[in-house]
Amino acid sequence: MSNSGIKRRVGGWFEERLGLDSIRQFAAHKTVPVHSATYWYYFGGITLFLFVIQVLTGVLLLLYYRPTPAEAYESVQFIVTRVQFGWLVRSIHSWSANLMILTAFIHMFSVVFLRAFRRPRELTWLSGVALLGLALGFGFSGYLLPWNTVSYFATKVGTDMAASVPLVGSHLARFLRGGEDVGGATLTRFFGFHVAVLPGLTSLLLLVHLGLVQKFGISLPPWVETLYRGREKNIPQMPFFPNFFLRELMAWYVALGVLGSLAAIFPWELGEKADPFASAPAGIRPEWYFLAPFYTLKLIPSHVGFVEGELLGLFGFALLAIGWTALPFWATNQQGADRARLVTGTAIALLAYLVTFSLLGYWR
Amino acid sequence: MIPQTVFRNSLASILFLLLPIEVLEAKDSCVECHGAMEGNLQAPALGFPTDVHQHRGFGCADCHGGDRNQDDPELAMSRARGFLGKIKRTAVPQLCARCHSDADLIHKFKPQQRVDQLAQYRTSVHGKKLAAGDEAVANCVDCHSVHNIREVRDPLSPVHPLNLPETCARCHANQTHMAKYKIETNQFQDYRKSVHWEALAKRGDLSAPSCASCHGNHGATPPQVGSVAAVCGTCHTLFEELYNKSPHKPVFASMGMGGCVVCHSNHAVLAPSDDMLSGNTAVCAQCHEPSSAGGKAAAEMAQSIGNLKAELNRSEVILTRARRSGMEVSEALLELREGQEALVKARVAVHAFQISSVSKPVSEGIAISRETYRAGESAMKERGFRRVGLAISLLAIVATLAGIGLAIRSIEGKGQETHE
Repeated sequence: MSNSGIKRRVGGWFEERLGLDSIRQFAAHKTVPVHSATYWYYFGGITLFLFVIQVLTGVLLLLYYRPTPAEAYESVQFIVTRVQFGWLVRSIHSWSANLMILTAFIHMFSVVFLRAFRRPRELTWLSGVALLGLALGFGFSGYLLPWNTVSYFATKVGTDMAASVPLVGSHLARFLRGGEDVGGATLTRFFGFHVAVLPGLTSLLLLVHLGLVQKFGISLPPWVETLYRGREKNIPQMPFFPNFFLRELMAWYVALGVLGSLAAIFPWELGEKADPFASAPAGIRPEWYFLAPFYTLKLIPSHVGFVEGELLGLFGFALLAIGWTALPFWATNQQGADRARLVTGTAIALLAYLVTFSLLGYWR
Repeated sequence: MIPQTVFRNSLASILFLLLPIEVLEAKDSCVECHGAMEGNLQAPALGFPTDVHQHRGFGCADCHGGDRNQDDPELAMSRARGFLGKIKRTAVPQLCARCHSDADLIHKFKPQQRVDQLAQYRTSVHGKKLAAGDEAVANCVDCHSVHNIREVRDPLSPVHPLNLPETCARCHANQTHMAKYKIETNQFQDYRKSVHWEALAKRGDLSAPSCASCHGNHGATPPQVGSVAAVCGTCHTLFEELYNKSPHKPVFASMGMGGCVVCHSNHAVLAPSDDMLSGNTAVCAQCHEPSSAGGKAAAEMAQSIGNLKAELNRSEVILTRARRSGMEVSEALLELREGQEALVKARVAVHAFQISSVSKPVSEGIAISRETYRAGESAMKERGFRRVGLAISLLAIVATLAGIGLAIRSIEGKGQETHE
């Protein structure tokens, strides 16, 4: 049998079982609108790429990592000093985690500024916000795993904040810590969240998110629609495969280059092993993506009137998170008209707050 | 304007009102009357509310005698009722010892308090001179204050560790006061230059030595030539052990020189440095000619310590560079600490004044520092390898990007370009 004959038979076998032709047809007809803001579309893909990197490097780290207070720090030290390219794997894992959260934020704000959350994409927005929440959960749980001084005390501060939530605070903190204080039980728990619970939830939600993106196609900014409607022209489209896909691939390669450079030139530091009996070192602070709320809480006085300052801050953040998550539901008025100024103004204000307070939190 | 007497009387009344209830319950006509007086007669009553004795329930009459329950001054200060009046300076130690040497009484308040202060005082220079009738020497109240005596641990007490040097200096830095004893008055000035003062006053280390640590407190006496090393050795144990076995001990003893202080001085104990061994500031050169056996031994010890310092420094530089470049060298840095400990041991070993004692820790330290230097070199090599690897990877990425770019151009050039 000739080569082409074998290919045809193997292809036919898979076609019968998987229906690949329909996927091929879908890919052939899927298009991406081309306009001045098309490049923002790449950030969702870059975030996905970084997530895949996280999974791959995370699996490699799992081969050596041991989630106990006695061995966690030493096992990471072993990975970065003794395991061949262990330093690279660990450094890429840490850097890609941070870059992933950065690109997820960029993706989220681009969605807001391009109005991609509008009807009928409310569920796409909600699943995206939930994915960002899970990414932050990955960051918080993964931060403790090396069991170094900074991560230990940052987790103490973080779980203390959870404890100040009214009614359920103490239960929530106990659930997170697995006891009264951050210790071995917390490490095991955070490890479980980090490698099993969060990846499971994220994979599921990611499928939903990507499925919704496929279902509704890529959103077009309203001003582009208006522009082409006025010109009585169709909006230019680019075939998703291979044109957009190859461009996305280029973006992934650029991300890989940035990631590799950061990992090689600035390997992620391991720090000193955590000592639960030592006092917290000066200038302890969380990862950069928690700096804005952290610095805000620092600025709030211990009591505002008769209410505890920290509680007030947490209440404010909860309101902000709920309001932001509900964005698609208040972005249009009852007549269905877009509240463009309100949405853009809110997004700019939130972005300005996050950038300014993160920088202040870093430098002060 | 409020007249001064009214102000003082009011102040005394306020202080009186601040007295604890149990004291208020017990009548004390001494405080009542003296609080309303002026000047020296009022001063004891003003200071007394902060006095530890007052807090323990003792009153003026417990030292001065008399009857504090009497409102009539004649009766309150009646000799018939045991009134002693102003206590003679020579009688003060004995008076204080009435209680402070009474273990049954003192241990009611402080179970671990010593009761041998008077016995010790009698052995001191102060005590001996006082016994000989010299009223100018220090007795209990000169150091502990009078009528406002605070516990030693009270930071306002003149004998609190932080205040003690200044308290001793009140007399010992006073040229007029010291003239008749022919004692120098530069001790406090010298002490303030010392590492001990630095630790005590600047770092707030209350365990740092001050006057009483070397001279004793109640039994204050200058350490004799033969006992200097033992005095310093109470803290610097290892140094004392080495010195006692060293060839210097019998020589210094025969020359009437006081051990440690020959090289380190007594009150102005400066931070020791390796330059004390050789060079222009070498203390060894005070006795040993550079060409003599002692001079040569000192130079050799200085040389080997200098070598170890240089090796450790070299390792530290390379490891710091590697760490700043993000390389994981914490194990090597930890090892380097052991090398630094060997340097400390070598410096301590100098006090045996034998080359062989110094050579051992020096060679151990040099072996460690060479090993850590190799770790630093290998970390720096690894850094170079990583950077070369990164450069190759980046080139491969750029080539791939160019390839994809060409592929896009080729696809879009064949008519599959963006369409409306």
